[in-house]
Amino acid sequence: MNKQVELKNKGIVASKHVKLGQKNQKGQTYTDINDIFYKAEQTPNFLTGSEVIRAAIKVASVGTSVAYPITPQSEAAALIGELYAEGYVDEYFRGESEFAVMGQCAGAAFGGHRVFTTTAGPGTLRAMENFPMWAGSRLPIQVCVTCRGINSPLSIQPDTLEMHYLLETGMLVWHAETAQDLFDFILKGFIVAEQPDVHVPIAVCCDGFFVTHTKDTVDLPPDDICLTPYDPYRNPQPVMDMESAPIRMMRDPFVMKSNYISYATHASWQQEIKAAVERSRKHTIPLLDGLIDEENTDREILIVGSGTAVSQSREAIRLLEEEGIKVGLIKIKTIRPFPTEEIRRATKNAKHIFVPEFNLAGWLAREIKAILPDNERVYVGPHVAGGMTMPSEVIVEEIKKHLGMEVATRGTLG
Amino acid sequence: MSHYEVKAGPEAFLPPAAASMGNVLPDPGEAHIGGKVVPEDEAYEKAARMVLGAKVPTIFPGPLVLWKWNDHVAEKAKAIRELALEAPMRIIPMADYRPKYPKIQQEVEINPNHPNLTIWHNKIDVCIFIGVHCHMANLSLKIIRGGTDCYTIAMCAMAGHEDACLSFRDADLTMINKLKATIKKLKSEGVESQAIPFTQFVMGRSGTIVAPA
Repeated sequence: MNKQVELKNKGIVASKHVKLGQKNQKGQTYTDINDIFYKAEQTPNFLTGSEVIRAAIKVASVGTSVAYPITPQSEAAALIGELYAEGYVDEYFRGESEFAVMGQCAGAAFGGHRVFTTTAGPGTLRAMENFPMWAGSRLPIQVCVTCRGINSPLSIQPDTLEMHYLLETGMLVWHAETAQDLFDFILKGFIVAEQPDVHVPIAVCCDGFFVTHTKDTVDLPPDDICLTPYDPYRNPQPVMDMESAPIRMMRDPFVMKSNYISYATHASWQQEIKAAVERSRKHTIPLLDGLIDEENTDREILIVGSGTAVSQSREAIRLLEEEGIKVGLIKIKTIRPFPTEEIRRATKNAKHIFVPEFNLAGWLAREIKAILPDNERVYVGPHVAGGMTMPSEVIVEEIKKHLGMEVATRGTLG
Repeated sequence: MSHYEVKAGPEAFLPPAAASMGNVLPDPGEAHIGGKVVPEDEAYEKAARMVLGAKVPTIFPGPLVLWKWNDHVAEKAKAIRELALEAPMRIIPMADYRPKYPKIQQEVEINPNHPNLTIWHNKIDVCIFIGVHCHMANLSLKIIRGGTDCYTIAMCAMAGHEDACLSFRDADLTMINKLKATIKKLKSEGVESQAIPFTQFVMGRSGTIVAPA
């Protein structure tokens, strides 16, 4: 698996949607994704992450968005409500719980709408059963996961543990580092997820508060253009109608019979979902300019991270550089599909690989260890959790300690 | 990683999805043969030779060409019948995707959940999938590769199928006609069909009207 797909050109095969070039009810012109990002003039805006989600959905031609309040995504969900009131989103309502929301999203997607929702932390966990259901049903729904703690005692603060639970759901899982990533990933995510050979749901994740509630400069295309709408006729799977031809899957006799045929069907079905995730590479690589970003990966010491851990690592690298310690950086943009070959290639010369994470499980380090030869090179950490920040100095300290270098004793600084 | 060749089976108890082995779908204007991406024109010749060389070549038309949900489909269905007559190939429909219980009528239908039963029963050695929703085609193609020796060809209207032994993409009316023309050309050059003589059954609303000989 994980053959590297080459980056031929920026952009993907242009849309042939019948509405391309036409205007929607708000006067926005349906525009190919390549033109939105690579031809349209981008203007800098100073926005919070939540406002960025609003800006993305405003030009995303979303059919249905279902909301349910949970910090830190509540503001974004409310802002999408404003878009509904203004006529940029066709349907919008509040669900009864996250579980209900995800089921309602499935219904809207089965009906042929482009669907967007947001959730976080315990909401993600409560909704969990629906995610593999979405994937198995080939529903290209997008959920923006603004990561927060999932544990008791209740924490509303940033923690990326919930992403671990999403990894084997059959969804695409992308991790935005910045507000700019978040905007780009939301729009590009729809396009990749809706390709007929992919057509699975996507979780665009970002670190709650660090991204959602801080302001950042984000380049935005004009809002008089928007994505071409979802085309349900490119669905690789007809709607799972219980009674009507051609699928009738849910009606007795169901696929869930206990016999070899049933088992083989289920196995092949699961393989197909994983295959769909693999196929997304071909579309994702040109749109995201690769599944990873690399900086100075010829160095012996590397930091590999995703999300805001990458931002903190950049500053740590600058601090280390001042002391003459040269460190390279790999930013992972897609967790599913996992950039196996890319990471293997980029780390081939590394002697020490550090994986800072905003969770105690160290799931990203585990993923990396699982694909690398000589994986004793991978140092699992540093970690913070429960809403702690990860000061760059902590990353510096951990690297120096691991390398046997002298570190100022904590508590005696100054 | 080494190239994973998609060949006729029987390959394994549970063969892998070719996409998970690193196989990538062709771009527009391309096709794949055995997992190797080739120019589309190369694939017509290979597909035509496989059809003509088979004893029981069969087309499996799916719901997208069996149900007249737009006028274009009717034209496509007609072209598929002409392709079958030209080769000649049998037509066994995949009319819907519901598993057939208690028993499939293997002579006259195929189902994506247990396509091997129809292939085994009819000794089908080369088949063409056309008008089958991509998810259901892939579901089926892996099962066929796992347990049968049938060479699978996909004429996909979308992005193609890595799990077929040979796959076209963006297959429209023109491409169906081009495959027919390629078969005709090979026959005019002396390549003879090896198909065992058969009588195509015809289905009515109450079932089979003309049974195969």
